[in-house]
Amino acid sequence: MSKQIEVQNVRFHYTDEEGNRLSGDVLKGVSLEIEKGSFTAVLGHNGSGKSTLARLINGILVPTEGTVSVMGMDTRDDDLIFDIRRHVGMVFQNPDNQIVATIVEEDVAFGPENLGIDPQEIRKRVDDALRSVDMYDYRLHAPSQLSGGQKQRVAIAGIIAMRPDCIILDEPTAMLDPRGRREVMETISMLNREYGITVILITHYMDEAVKADRVVVMDDGNIILDNTPDKVFTKPELLQAVGLDVPQASELLWELKNAGLPAEVNAIDEASCVEAVMKLFD
Amino acid sequence: MLKDITIGQYFPGSSLLHKLDARFKIVFTLLYIVMLFVGDSFFSLAIGIAYCIFALVLSRLPVRLFWKSLKPLLPILIFTVILNVIFITDGKVYFQLGIFKITEDGISTAVRMAVRIIFLIIGSSLLTYTTSPIQLTDAIERLLSPLKKLHFPVHSFAMMMTIALRFIPTLMEETDKIIAAQKARGANFESGKLIDKAKALVPVLVPLFVSAFRRAEELATAMECRCYRGDIGRTKMKQMKSSCRDWIALCITGIMLAGAIAVNTAF
Amino acid sequence: MAIIRTEKLTYKYSEGTPFETTAVDHVDLEIEEGAFIGVIGSTGSGKSTLMQHLNGLLRPASGKVIFDGMDIWADKSRLRDIRFQIGLVFQYPEYQLFEDTVYKDIAYGPANMGLSESEINERVLEAARFVCLDEQQLSQSPFALSGGQKRRAAIAGVMALRPRVLILDEPTAGLDPMGREDILREIKAYHRETGCTILFVTHSMEDIAKCTQKILVMDHGSVFCYDDTAAVFRRAEELEKIGLSVPQITKICSRLRERGIQLDDNIYTVKEACRQLAECYNKRKAGGTDA
Repeated sequence: MSKQIEVQNVRFHYTDEEGNRLSGDVLKGVSLEIEKGSFTAVLGHNGSGKSTLARLINGILVPTEGTVSVMGMDTRDDDLIFDIRRHVGMVFQNPDNQIVATIVEEDVAFGPENLGIDPQEIRKRVDDALRSVDMYDYRLHAPSQLSGGQKQRVAIAGIIAMRPDCIILDEPTAMLDPRGRREVMETISMLNREYGITVILITHYMDEAVKADRVVVMDDGNIILDNTPDKVFTKPELLQAVGLDVPQASELLWELKNAGLPAEVNAIDEASCVEAVMKLFD
Repeated sequence: MLKDITIGQYFPGSSLLHKLDARFKIVFTLLYIVMLFVGDSFFSLAIGIAYCIFALVLSRLPVRLFWKSLKPLLPILIFTVILNVIFITDGKVYFQLGIFKITEDGISTAVRMAVRIIFLIIGSSLLTYTTSPIQLTDAIERLLSPLKKLHFPVHSFAMMMTIALRFIPTLMEETDKIIAAQKARGANFESGKLIDKAKALVPVLVPLFVSAFRRAEELATAMECRCYRGDIGRTKMKQMKSSCRDWIALCITGIMLAGAIAVNTAF
Repeated sequence: MAIIRTEKLTYKYSEGTPFETTAVDHVDLEIEEGAFIGVIGSTGSGKSTLMQHLNGLLRPASGKVIFDGMDIWADKSRLRDIRFQIGLVFQYPEYQLFEDTVYKDIAYGPANMGLSESEINERVLEAARFVCLDEQQLSQSPFALSGGQKRRAAIAGVMALRPRVLILDEPTAGLDPMGREDILREIKAYHRETGCTILFVTHSMEDIAKCTQKILVMDHGSVFCYDDTAAVFRRAEELEKIGLSVPQITKICSRLRERGIQLDDNIYTVKEACRQLAECYNKRKAGGTDA
């Protein structure tokens, strides 16, 4: 697989317009490579630097030190910024604040229109994008008539209509109810699986990170863990120390082990947890 | 509640009126207003009314919708009628009390004024009811596009209108929520002197502005992420193409306007 | 003694239009004084609408809300006073902050009650202590606080009313696990210290499992069930049918029970599951082959 995004030794702090420092180091030397077609979850509590990392990848922010490159393009190069954003789409937390138009399909068309695409091609892309997030039937609705989960799916459609190679989602489910969260997570997984779009999901919900094929855990501007979900979530003590949850499946095994039972902490879902517990009783 | 307001709403449909080009519809509305106000005679007014009713039938929208848009403006309407009746004192006197006179001219002017306002509202509602806000702003952008040569920011202006329309329902809902939350902390919006009432609004307005600014900032970032850079190299999904029916409609409108002017000079 | 009672409470949105929907449908409810009650239900189940009736922000289409033995709508002049006694914290309450210091914002409610400066001061400091905001933070602008702190400042603004009933509508929504834990812990401590009746609306079964004694489950505007926490979680399957999820641990335990492990059918915390499993395990070890 090829490297799509490369983050090398990135340090970042906020500055004002004159270049005066406004904050401490939000990122303290982060390096990360994202492969094409992968599904990576970036997990961390608020203020861990995970959102800043997301904003660096599509060039909303540029690193203070180090480099971020997307398909070989340096995000510091102003001439490339639109190319970078065309390849790396971004979905934000609040669905209301990223929908521009008053009609669903017009909003989905917004990105392709900005790219100067031919009208007929836009029409086709808009219909395809709305079908892929299962919102085609709502194409003529006003955003205010939709539920949170539906709005977020429209926002996602607005990004896929630009045909990006990668989507970064910055806590896309934080403001949604359980049904909305489920809908959005299903959409994200499907885009990765069926369309081969690289997904970077920023979240603090461990049950969402479990669905990724790689979990990067951030704390205090550093990456502290970077592995597959089953390796990451079977370290409850470490995750809890940085203010994150673990699935109750691994928490249970961990507690049993602490209670002196010969349990192995190796499960993150219900089925494997049940098997692990049954082993104790064999 | 605030969200019950319907002015400027769009009711999707597939009638002939819905299908007309928005640019033409704006022009028709302007010509129609001229038609209503061009003459003094009832006959020329009647042509305008006929034009409006014809369009209303074509729109296939229920009449009660128009009643709904008229209702909030009734007080203004009644006020105008009363003013006209009282202050126009020429012509035959029907009734007199002290210095107040009700005269033939007063009544006929008042009636004409009322009819004009009513049909003005119905006609412009017809425009917004059958044209989606986005078509409307697009059409305005294109109608104003000659102004670009004078460096008037036509595109930014249209984008601002779109965003305003997009966020009106959101901010209304938010206002309702903030009012309820402050009421739960004992805010009193009903009683007290005017100054107290004004003060009571601070706990509503401050959070509303803070939120509007936050939204604006987030929206700007989101738009940039979607490669927005003004109208540089921008295309449109929906092309505005005038068709045969638009031109026919324009002819009919033109003829009726000419008729209204002719009738007015004849009578 | 019931502190709040509803009788056939019904509320309709857009009444008299084709969009009419019944948000709350003939709800009879009794809230015991001093209880800590969790309120759950999927979006549109009417739980938030019901909560806004309890302190008179919404007026029922029919039916009654009875607080302390009196219909709250019997005398409209008392309504404002009732809102001080039944505090309601809305969803995302940080969006209501408006003063230039946190202190003044928390003082807004007590000031509206017409209390003396010293009384207001006492209440503000007490409320700030409950949500762990220090003096330095009280003198800051609320907009300078972090997300979690803003949320807590807004909750303090309602706690400062010293209500007899405190209703919290999804107080942990959108917060990270640490922020969520902080708020849950503070609310629990508040309940313990003040004995105030608490209604806690949430989507998180895990949150509810951690702190409530009783759960009210709403579905389509009606009470689906209203019972002790353990009894509600025993109905895991029915809850899933109305779109609610039960904690992962409850599902794990029910699967283990199917596989012959002797666990109770109402486990909803990891701690309890671990205790019972360890017990089974030790029994098994001591008793040899005995299941």
